[in-house]
Amino acid sequence: MKKFALAGNPNSGKTTLFNVLTGSTAHVGNWPGVTVDKREGVYKKSSEPVSIVDLPGIYSLSPYTPEEVISRNYILDEKPDCVINIVDVTNLERNLYLTTQLMEIDVPVVVALNMVDMLEKNGDKIDEKQLEKRLGLPVVKVSALKGTGVEQLMEVAIAQSDLKRKGETVLKECDINHLISDVERALIGHEIENSLFHSIKLIEGDELEIKMHPATVKMVEEFKKTFSNQLFGNDLEALIADARYRYITANYSPLLIKKQKGIAITPSDKADRVLTHKWFGIPIFLVILFGMFHLTFGEDFLYLSKIFTLPTLEELGYADNFGTALLACLYDGAVFSPGVILFNLMGLITETLFGFITDVIANLGASPAIVSFVGDGVLGGLGGVLSFVPQIVFLLLLLSILEDSGYMARVAFILDRIFRKFGVSGRAFIPMIMGFGCSIPAMINTRTLADEREKTMTIRTIPFFSCGAKLPILAAVSGAVGTFLGVDGGLISLCMYVLGMTVAVISIILMRNTTQRGEISPFIMELPAYRMPSGKALMIHLWDKTKHYIQKVFTVILVSTIAIWFLSNFNWKWQFLMEEVDGVMVNLRMDESILGSIGMLIQPLFTPLGFGSQLNSNGWVFAVAAITGLIAKENVISTFGALAACVAGGMVATEEGVSEVLAVMGSVGVPLTQLWPAMIAFIVFNMTTIPCFAAVAAAKGETPKGKFKWTLLFWLASSFIAGTITYVVLSVWWTAFIFVAILVAILVGIYYNNKRLLKKENKNG
Amino acid sequence: MKKLSEFAIGESGVVKKVTAEGRIKRRLFDMGVTPSARIYLRKKAPFGDPIEINVRGYELTLRIAEAECVEMEENV
Repeated sequence: MKKFALAGNPNSGKTTLFNVLTGSTAHVGNWPGVTVDKREGVYKKSSEPVSIVDLPGIYSLSPYTPEEVISRNYILDEKPDCVINIVDVTNLERNLYLTTQLMEIDVPVVVALNMVDMLEKNGDKIDEKQLEKRLGLPVVKVSALKGTGVEQLMEVAIAQSDLKRKGETVLKECDINHLISDVERALIGHEIENSLFHSIKLIEGDELEIKMHPATVKMVEEFKKTFSNQLFGNDLEALIADARYRYITANYSPLLIKKQKGIAITPSDKADRVLTHKWFGIPIFLVILFGMFHLTFGEDFLYLSKIFTLPTLEELGYADNFGTALLACLYDGAVFSPGVILFNLMGLITETLFGFITDVIANLGASPAIVSFVGDGVLGGLGGVLSFVPQIVFLLLLLSILEDSGYMARVAFILDRIFRKFGVSGRAFIPMIMGFGCSIPAMINTRTLADEREKTMTIRTIPFFSCGAKLPILAAVSGAVGTFLGVDGGLISLCMYVLGMTVAVISIILMRNTTQRGEISPFIMELPAYRMPSGKALMIHLWDKTKHYIQKVFTVILVSTIAIWFLSNFNWKWQFLMEEVDGVMVNLRMDESILGSIGMLIQPLFTPLGFGSQLNSNGWVFAVAAITGLIAKENVISTFGALAACVAGGMVATEEGVSEVLAVMGSVGVPLTQLWPAMIAFIVFNMTTIPCFAAVAAAKGETPKGKFKWTLLFWLASSFIAGTITYVVLSVWWTAFIFVAILVAILVGIYYNNKRLLKKENKNG
Repeated sequence: MKKLSEFAIGESGVVKKVTAEGRIKRRLFDMGVTPSARIYLRKKAPFGDPIEINVRGYELTLRIAEAECVEMEENV
């Protein structure tokens, strides 16, 4: 099968074109060794099917980003039969800059001129026949979005792939054309393929080429000694980049006839005036952010129940049946937001379905142990996680809309200054916000960060942006503590969110000044024009984000919930601990279980956080909840439910886990006045510690080499420190001053240390 | 001689020289900020940094620190 490669700038419509070409055959993998998506698919509409590889979006073939290296290595080493270079005609000069590099490789290249319809809508024109002639490459007009011109493009590409093509360059007229031909001749002497491409890259001083052709480098160095250009001296890299653009402006740009001269004010610019406004930019962003979370997690959509008095379904006299349960997914005393409705519906479906399966198994005469294993161990755990899936996917959809519309790039733009103060660029904020939904796609998103240190710090702080699965912990424990203190539980939750972000900021500052020292990465970034996101492209991007999440849910979490079931229902002698009470299987002897004994073993570790040894014999439940939380944060409250049954005796069925937590709190035999700081510390611990297994697996895949074990250690340290401080300060309020003093002392220490290092540097430099 | 970082909103000019080094230089060149390119300073972010410029018909953002490496010819 022939294989074609798709190459082009980011935002040129490459992924959309790829999807039009390959349709359902597309699949996404990783390029070997790096975390950059590799999309492959098959084009079937021609007489012979063609395999198509979507190269990462790039601006150049220089060796500075992994995307650029992947693309050039693919074209040079894998030798595709044809390269389809997608060119956004509304952004002609910069797109053709890449074309002038691609044409130097000995491979057939076809230019797919995209967005001509957009161009013509503005009243502009492009002379594509002339462009074809001047480029020396076939040019085909396409609209990736509408799918027009695609078949013709493939016909031309297939015809081209049968021909041999020698590399051509636009640098023939510049000062160094003799050098290029001399170096090329030397490389041909060494029997090197793609001699023209390699010779030009070698002259540019490209790191990869210097390693590959050490013998020929001397030639370039000799030349540099005698050469001096008026503008660039002997900086040949700059001279070549400049010569490319000069050639493009002189030969290709005039083919684009614009109706309006000068810089036009497009609708996109008008939108931008408001959205990135000096004063309103940041407030508008905060409103959008709030709206996004309200749509996903809001239990009271548009706060309608605050405005109108809305009765609950029970008050309306609805009977307790399935129809009512279905209705209760949408409304019950308050209208739910779309995300919550999805969550409720999925919960209802899984509950009904899994309940049915369990009944069937029970009726088939399976032993109670098996029924409990299937019902609680496998399906219960799966259901708990599954009900989150639609809600998280919904949040990811909203994020994809913001990303595809071009707004996310603006967010990085308006926030860069603030974030730089802390030590990361504005781009790092996007994965952090995603962390509020789910850490897994957020960690995957750190791929967009070029700088390794920035990436490491971002991955480490993502869990502090409390994810959707931690919401039940917050709701239940804050609710329970709030009931005791007479404070609104929601207020406590809000404080916890703020606290998580504060821990994130402090740890970024500390890391930037200690282990992750270094310059903040450059921020030279395209701000793509605002665009209405197309449904197709949106779905592709959404799936890219979702697939990792779903994979982890069905592998890591499923396996671990089963493991937890075994550990909590068997003792070390492999005796089954569940017994039947009023026709329901309950485990009232969890303290004898393997999990219980592990909990008791590590219980003293949590003493500084207030939920360790001081909680006497029932304190192990917190340790166990913390362990199950490592597997999936959803487990923490369900563990409380199970443990409440065990330690407080009997089942306590409830809304949002508040009463489970209260039951457990009541059972430890410590006055609540002493216990509540420990409960808050428990939330803080869970928010800042190692995230769930699935997120840990994602972090392992994304962190740079050798940083993973330190990342785990970092999470452990941060949660113990943050939890301890919370417990101590809430128990004895004036200790707050001591901790503030310590923090100030550390910051002052860092400041002076930086000054000293700077001086040293200046002396050496 | 004026640097791009000293431009006011709405001001435009032509690049004379790029004094950056290493990957910042390469990145600026790859993105089309090369001598003789016409640049229009579209806007500044809240707090005045980074800035948004129009170059070669598209919008590019860069920090003040990076714009300091771009020497401009004014009013050309």
